Amino acid sequence: MLTYSIRRIGAAVPTIFLLVVASFFLIQVAPGGPFTSERPLPPQILANLEARYGLDQPLWKQLWDYFYNIIFHWDFGPSFKFKDRDVNDIIAQGFPISLTYGFLSFLAASTVGIALGIAAAIRHNTWIDYLAVSLGIAAQALPNFIMGPILILCFTLYLGWLPGGGWNGGQWQYLIMPVIALSTSYMGSIARITRSSMLEVLNANYIRTARAKGIPERQIIWRHAIKPSLLPVISYLGPVFVYVLTGSVFVDLYFSTGGLGVAYVGSALTRDYSVLLGVTIIYGVLTVLVNLITDLAYAWFDPKIRF
Amino acid sequence: MSAFYKTFSAALLGSTFLAAPLMAAGTHPTTGEALAEDQTFTYRVLDEHSSVDPGIVEDVSGAEIVRDLFEGLMNQDENGNLVPGVATGFTTNDDKTVYTFTLRDNAKWSNGDPVTAGDFVYAWTRAVDPALASPYAWYMEITSIMNAGEIIAGEAEPATLGVRALDDLTLEVMLSAPLPYFAQMTTHSTLFPVHAATVAEHGTEWTKPENIVSNGAYVLTEHLPNERSVRSRNAMYWDDANTIIDEVVALVINDENVAFTRYLAGELDRTEVPSGQFPRLAKEYPNEAISFPRLCNYYYTFNLSEDGPEMFKDARVREALSLAVDRKIIVENVLAGGQTEAYSFTPVSVADFAPPASPMSGMSQAERDAKAKALLAEAGYGPGKPLEFDMVYNTSESHKKIAVAMSQMWKQKLGVQTNLSNMEWKVFLEERGNQNFELARGAWCGDYNEASTFLDLMTTPSGYNDGKFSNAMVDDLMTQARTADDAGSLYGKVEGVLAAEHPIIPIYHYAGVYMMDSDVGNWPVGNVEQNWYSKNLYKIAE
Repeated sequence: MLTYSIRRIGAAVPTIFLLVVASFFLIQVAPGGPFTSERPLPPQILANLEARYGLDQPLWKQLWDYFYNIIFHWDFGPSFKFKDRDVNDIIAQGFPISLTYGFLSFLAASTVGIALGIAAAIRHNTWIDYLAVSLGIAAQALPNFIMGPILILCFTLYLGWLPGGGWNGGQWQYLIMPVIALSTSYMGSIARITRSSMLEVLNANYIRTARAKGIPERQIIWRHAIKPSLLPVISYLGPVFVYVLTGSVFVDLYFSTGGLGVAYVGSALTRDYSVLLGVTIIYGVLTVLVNLITDLAYAWFDPKIRF
Repeated sequence: MSAFYKTFSAALLGSTFLAAPLMAAGTHPTTGEALAEDQTFTYRVLDEHSSVDPGIVEDVSGAEIVRDLFEGLMNQDENGNLVPGVATGFTTNDDKTVYTFTLRDNAKWSNGDPVTAGDFVYAWTRAVDPALASPYAWYMEITSIMNAGEIIAGEAEPATLGVRALDDLTLEVMLSAPLPYFAQMTTHSTLFPVHAATVAEHGTEWTKPENIVSNGAYVLTEHLPNERSVRSRNAMYWDDANTIIDEVVALVINDENVAFTRYLAGELDRTEVPSGQFPRLAKEYPNEAISFPRLCNYYYTFNLSEDGPEMFKDARVREALSLAVDRKIIVENVLAGGQTEAYSFTPVSVADFAPPASPMSGMSQAERDAKAKALLAEAGYGPGKPLEFDMVYNTSESHKKIAVAMSQMWKQKLGVQTNLSNMEWKVFLEERGNQNFELARGAWCGDYNEASTFLDLMTTPSGYNDGKFSNAMVDDLMTQARTADDAGSLYGKVEGVLAAEHPIIPIYHYAGVYMMDSDVGNWPVGNVEQNWYSKNLYKIAE
């Protein structure tokens, strides 16, 4: 187990390094630069800007400086677009926001999704099952970019219950719509996976044996059926966790939450290289980390994987 | 006395009248309207602002905030006329190369320090300093302040800039070329003062709400990036007694439909009308949907560079394409937001200049179409040899609608085949800037309210002339106009050349199309540059 863990962690470091190097060069390939604008800057002003941000240096030097500053000063550099702020600032401000509503969405999606799936499986082919399945499909089919405006229309304009956007330090009223919008489609998937896996388990031989022995149904489900039927769900939850934390651009766009998603997309469009790289690293590290944890958890559960 | 000076004096009188002390809490001192209890103005911005540093800010939403936080030598009134700001007035020498501004003695920074001429010298020197590397340093260059260009190029020391404080309240500006509209240019954020001690103490962190010291009617009290920023009344501001709005909140809302929903829910006092919805909203909300002219144009430019397509080198082809665009349909059916049809490059709303009527503007669309067909046939294009070219615009629904409409008009009327393509903004700028196009979309908003801000784009040396139109007469006229007393007639001749040569196809002139809560008083719809000051607004009791 220890060797396996060390091997996996050892592989994570070069993965992140490669990610940074590849992103660094890919960004440069995109046409236009951070200072391309409708009014082309006079060459002198462009030269001053490039000198200030070190863009006049050869690429290898820029990359070296970038790593050097991160490793020795924990400095991700200045933003080329938001000149009053640096990348550390932008990440420190946006990441906790994304993390908060992402984590809450993850909790909501997994708890409600699993509960819905189990209910549907236990009451197979009853109205509860049909309701759960149709809710699940509807939630999955409704794209985020439709969800967002509809929620605002209902809860802000028609009902007047919730503010139409903003973050306000994460007050609960401001969290509800982002969390609903972000969690529903995952909730749908989780419900479906739980339901089918549970149905499979309930038809397994050992459950039949348990029933034949006369064990009460309640005990069969809670003691014997739930654990094995959640295994495929858990393997799905790992990537979902990363997705809700990273794939939340639309939440920032529709609900003005000020998370990292909008900063990420904006930096790609404005060629704000340093912000783009900084956020890529954050997302990259997060992905690698979650995968690592999932893999290690697997290995813990299933010795076959360790070898 | 120049026309500018006259307008200025008139405006000065007007503002003295306005500056009568607030009579009683609850009613507006001049209009007598009952004022609302809560004097908060909340508006939507599309994107997070780039900066609130006057020397650096380069986007409209940032400039709007900076205009409230800082005050320059001169301000604009509701109609764009010059009114005093920190300066109470100015004098110029005969050839308009030296401007001397007199500063008011009661102007203060938000920390209580007096605003002095030295603060302006510091800010302007900072704006041209290569060490700051301001993307807006070019603005300093076009003000013609002595040595600005050399300092930016690193050929002279920042201290050699042609501006000095004769004493704390007198600022002298030396220009390298006569510029009749220099005072107008001081209303722009790049020329606002900066508090030197604050910058020295906090470096790049000086604009953070906890550090910033500013001299405008408001101070920055909260900034939550990509969410909102709040500016609150500055008690130290010299004219604070006449400020009515207490707090101004800018909410970042990227999606225009969400912004509109939030407006309807009462969360916003102002937002943009979603495209195409103005006619409906004007009926449903007659007191709230407003449209007024803006100082911006929308056009398509032919690639006239040497490597550009052969077909566009023939002026008849260019004219035919321009004639066949039915601008009325684009303005009334596609945009439908109060925009005006364009037959000149300079928007008709520009100050002190009326673009002359072009031959095209006097014709009916049927006459234009007939002439277009004849011209194209004359140039050798027809069913046997159809005209075909690429047309490119930056990705956007409304640009797409217009491009599709234009290509359909050309196809139906002239049998012309167009290949439409769209590009992401930065790619588009790169391709257009390198003349990798045949026909490309263009748009321009005036930097100041004077025709040269547009017509300069059509000169050979202009860095923004992506179509590479080059005409010796235009270049010559524009050079003369810089010093001429009657620049208007020269601009008229330039428009005449453009109307004969057709280097571009003007489509329409912009309109500001807003949903504005009817309780917002004094929104400057007459200011075509939309330089608005929160201190001049007020909220009426409902």
